[in-house]
Amino acid sequence: MDESLRAEFHIAFDGVQLSLGRRSVFRGLSCGFVRGQVTVVLGGSGAGKSTLLRLIGGLLRPDAGTVRVAGQEVSRLPERELYRVRERIGMLFQGGALLDSMTIFDNVALPLREHTDRSPDEIAAEVNRRLADVGLPEIGDLFPRHLSGGMSRRAALARSVVMDPEIVLCDEPFSGLDPLNVRRIEALLVDLSRRRGLTLVVTSHHLASSLRMADRIVFLVDGHAVSGTPQDLLRNEDRRIVDFLAAESDPSFDVARSADERAAHGAAGRAGA
Amino acid sequence: MSSIQTLGFRTLLLVVHLGRLGVFVGRLARASLAPPSRIRRFVAEVFDVGVLSLPIVCLSGATVGAVLGFQSYVALARFGAEGSVGAVVGLALIREFGPVLTALLVTGRAGSAVAAEIASMVQTGQIDGLRMMSIDPMHFVVMPKAWAMLFTLPLLSALFIVFAIAGGYGVVVHLLGLDPGTYLTSLEDSVDFHDDVMQSLTKALVFGTLMASISTYRGYTSEPTSAGVSAATTGTVVTASVAVLLFDYALTTLWGV
Repeated sequence: MDESLRAEFHIAFDGVQLSLGRRSVFRGLSCGFVRGQVTVVLGGSGAGKSTLLRLIGGLLRPDAGTVRVAGQEVSRLPERELYRVRERIGMLFQGGALLDSMTIFDNVALPLREHTDRSPDEIAAEVNRRLADVGLPEIGDLFPRHLSGGMSRRAALARSVVMDPEIVLCDEPFSGLDPLNVRRIEALLVDLSRRRGLTLVVTSHHLASSLRMADRIVFLVDGHAVSGTPQDLLRNEDRRIVDFLAAESDPSFDVARSADERAAHGAAGRAGA
Repeated sequence: MSSIQTLGFRTLLLVVHLGRLGVFVGRLARASLAPPSRIRRFVAEVFDVGVLSLPIVCLSGATVGAVLGFQSYVALARFGAEGSVGAVVGLALIREFGPVLTALLVTGRAGSAVAAEIASMVQTGQIDGLRMMSIDPMHFVVMPKAWAMLFTLPLLSALFIVFAIAGGYGVVVHLLGLDPGTYLTSLEDSVDFHDDVMQSLTKALVFGTLMASISTYRGYTSEPTSAGVSAATTGTVVTASVAVLLFDYALTTLWGV
């Protein structure tokens, strides 16, 4: 972990170990997420990206180690006290997790109705503004089943930020989306973070958008984290990271070639660039 | 694994599930005392559980009453006691068939639907979504469904009994030719409000509690997979049906209800 940044961490993992069934997901994970910055969590399938977000939200508890969110250790808090911490967090789930028995308007309005004393008119104005922000101004009357994947995710994004949280967690916001929707959601997330000073944690497989939007990157590999700026990641010599980057960005990438050869090739290529 | 080990393992598993069900019901009771009241969601659930179950309950009631009336008449006629058919039909329906069959019918229609809906919310992350919005899913989702089931089962049971008595009347009076006054007088003379009707209501409330707690528990604790939704649905029907029959036996023999 970067010791110079430790004081700025809004979210910090320290020695986190977690097994799901017989599978060890984290083996002493230590990393942090800097306040007000966009951090993208990269890693292969099954590396634990979604699990990491669930640990931050207190939906999972680690077997060992600590998870601190805004200075509060969440991994041992009872559910009722976790609700107070979660009021500072918005979460965009991979599938949106919109309540399918409610309209989009009611979904976005739900946190406001539950946690504020605002009048119905104020809530309606706020919901309509949030839906307009995500480019969906006229879908309030529809149900989640009527929306495409991209629209669902944008509506879920509106719901996750409607309470103006300090931290927003986004689980694979770009998966299964066309390039236009990827750019649209990426712009929305960056704009939210910059305008409101949100701490944004995004998990993704999507390398190009990750490099464009990230202030910092946390790469999960073998139950540990490698953290740094996007430039640090591109300079990293770890062959598993080199392979991941090459598989996404290099059209001539050959899975059958030896990893060491690719690492040497990648290092030479980056040095040349 | 030997049969003794299997038996031991299954017994332990049953004890674990009963313990978890007890904790779940405790959480549900605590959630029920917390504000807000969720009255709108409760009314919507009463519609889903109660109103949508009306056709199947009324139709089944009329059919069961008709068959019971017919069989009772044929059996009693052998002893020249066909005048007592109203009493037999009425007592059997009010004390036994009404609450038990209604509970089994509503478990199949509404209990399985409640379990499937909650399990599907678990699978699609909606329950976790609520938790991340600091909204207790026990309070927001489970409580209105459970109370709706508990509230509607006695009403549906009463309706089942009314339709069954009418069904019995139709067959015995119009088809088999028994005097209507004999049927109704026999029924009226034999049924006691405190002993029979109140005990029927008690049974319906107990069965409603069983159905509400089992269906919501199975849905809420399901695995977040398609197989989990399926297991929650079938598990609810099997477990709740067996529990209703076991409790019916216990209530009838041990407490005379």
